[in-house]
Amino acid sequence: MSGHDHDHHDHDHSELSATQLRVRALETVLTEKGYVDPAALDLLIETYEKKVGPRNGARVVAKAWADPAFRTRLLKDATPAIAEIGYAGRQGEHIVVLENTPKLHNMVVCTLCSCYPWPVLGLPPVWYKSAPYRSRAVADPRGVLADFGVTLPKDTEIRIWDSTAEIRYLVLPMRPKGTEGWSEEKLADLVTRDSMIGTGLPKQPADIAK
Amino acid sequence: MNGGQDLGGTHGHGPVKPEANEPVFHAEWEKRAFALTLAMGMPGGWNIDMSRFARENRPPAEYLSMSYYQIWFAALEHMIKERGLVSEDEINSGHSLHAPKPVKRILSPGDVEKTLHRGGPTERDTNTAAVFKPGDKVRAKNINPLTHTRLPRYVRGHTGIIERVIGCHVFPDSNATGAGEDPQWLYTVRFDGRELWGADGDATVKVSIDAWEPYLEPA
Repeated sequence: MSGHDHDHHDHDHSELSATQLRVRALETVLTEKGYVDPAALDLLIETYEKKVGPRNGARVVAKAWADPAFRTRLLKDATPAIAEIGYAGRQGEHIVVLENTPKLHNMVVCTLCSCYPWPVLGLPPVWYKSAPYRSRAVADPRGVLADFGVTLPKDTEIRIWDSTAEIRYLVLPMRPKGTEGWSEEKLADLVTRDSMIGTGLPKQPADIAK
Repeated sequence: MNGGQDLGGTHGHGPVKPEANEPVFHAEWEKRAFALTLAMGMPGGWNIDMSRFARENRPPAEYLSMSYYQIWFAALEHMIKERGLVSEDEINSGHSLHAPKPVKRILSPGDVEKTLHRGGPTERDTNTAAVFKPGDKVRAKNINPLTHTRLPRYVRGHTGIIERVIGCHVFPDSNATGAGEDPQWLYTVRFDGRELWGADGDATVKVSIDAWEPYLEPA
């Protein structure tokens, strides 16, 4: 699928405005027919723009780093463990957490569409849904990681999880060194979205001290 | 279907281009198309597998040149027209021209939060026993249905190991056609990179898919 390049030509602009008009027309028709309530649409948008996003997942990861009992529950059965913090539901009905170790790096993809753990990461970024990522993640993950500026040791095992069913995967990255005694809130600042997909690594303490 | 959506291992798409500080949506119409799709699931009465099929079921060249939400919107249009909820003349005029078809429920603002929180779990009770157990060697069958399937082409015919028995889940191949949920045992199946990609594969890579029992045979 085509991405969202920011060098749209006039041609793309007219296509986009045609889509825009058609979406607006359809919303009007569906509203007039009583099939949708625009206030419900606003709430759906607000939920995924403002409330549900990678900050949720970062809290889960930070808690797992700080609380060994929670980490055990999370790795054993992630869905109820994550629900303890209040995150659950659509596109996160069956969550599995994958623990990175010095020898194993996990990375998540959906080659067939765009499956992604919404309650903990929000809606997926464009690149996650794009043909370049979906095609190469399973065949050339080191090449994909290089696109993200990430190089792993040559002998690290890379494990790709293709989300072909309704199981949604969240990567538990390794806790950065030099964070002993940090609060969960401070730890969460180190957790990036990409580190929970497996295309990135968490920030280091020096990165947030700047 | 062996459509444009089945991208694993295909070449020529170029590098992955992450966008710094990416917004959740890139245009106002994307927000509305997203929300309309979610909200129409209730009166439309389709399931997630039907909507995935509606998205992928188009010429690959078209699929690959459309943006994500253009695909969502096209699928939404298709599904509501297919069910006779809206017709083309209405979309063209931008107004309802025909009497609405009765629908069971619509999504009210008060129901949004609990509907999202409930989601749509796909695990089902079963009286059958799982055929495979962790450690079993299995081969992904070489199937090529014209209808919806979640068995990607890049694993078909290849041998892997059952890593985990997940549970009994709604079977998309059946659910997408309206033939019912037909729940089947679901497994995580792990393949070696070299098994999938031969000498061009990376020996340090392992790839897993989640596969329903009908996709697998003993190896």
